[in-house]
Amino acid sequence: MLRRDTLKYLASGSMILVSGLFKPLAVLAKWNEAAFSAVDYDEAIAAYFPNQKIKESEQISIGVHAVVENGAVVPIKVKTDLPNIESITIFVDKNPNPLIANFDLFPGCVGFISTRIKIQQASNIIVTVKSNGMIFSTRKFIEVHEGGCG
Amino acid sequence: MASTIRLKTKTNDGVTTVRAIIRHPMETGFRIDSETSELVPVHYINEVIVKHNDIVVMSCDWSRAVSKNPYLSFMFKGASVGDKLGLSWSDNKNNTDSIETRIE
Repeated sequence: MLRRDTLKYLASGSMILVSGLFKPLAVLAKWNEAAFSAVDYDEAIAAYFPNQKIKESEQISIGVHAVVENGAVVPIKVKTDLPNIESITIFVDKNPNPLIANFDLFPGCVGFISTRIKIQQASNIIVTVKSNGMIFSTRKFIEVHEGGCG
Repeated sequence: MASTIRLKTKTNDGVTTVRAIIRHPMETGFRIDSETSELVPVHYINEVIVKHNDIVVMSCDWSRAVSKNPYLSFMFKGASVGDKLGLSWSDNKNNTDSIETRIE
């Protein structure tokens, strides 16, 4: 019995090891549960960038229409000429969960991201950029005619 | 089954532009099914990884507020035409898909 249990134990252990090795996401930063589930913008940004100062920057531009008809599909382009960019993060302050998306950019990446997001109501879109280990941000207010969270 | 991912690249002056569209419902959990009158359970992609020659070049952490059938574009330097480019995603129900293409 002991031997069988040991074998079982070893087998389950090695399975965990193997699945751990081949899981492509294992080497990357973990999905930040606390920040993604935050319902308040200040709470979300504090959970995502704990104990870090955030500086306003004019070197980030948010390309998005000022008035959005359909909040379910809002095209957004972020460009920045800040140096040594590590990540670009998008927040929408009035969404049910203000943290929308983070993009980790590895060496070689240009300071550019384009995607489409959902916005529930008139909100500030806040974009942060991590550059040389510091966090910079800019914001843009947009009107929404039909909310996109339904 | 056909891939859920469409991945295109274009290289100009040493900068490769990557464009991807993923077929996925990106359900927020707030939507009510018009036929059953019940809430559709939350179902969304939370991680996307793009690799150039098997090395991560860009990775995403997403919430459910990325639009249905997510679109993603970014640019990077240092790739040559013919290099491998791979994209994989996983969602909150542990579904995954991946694709590999050659850089154009």
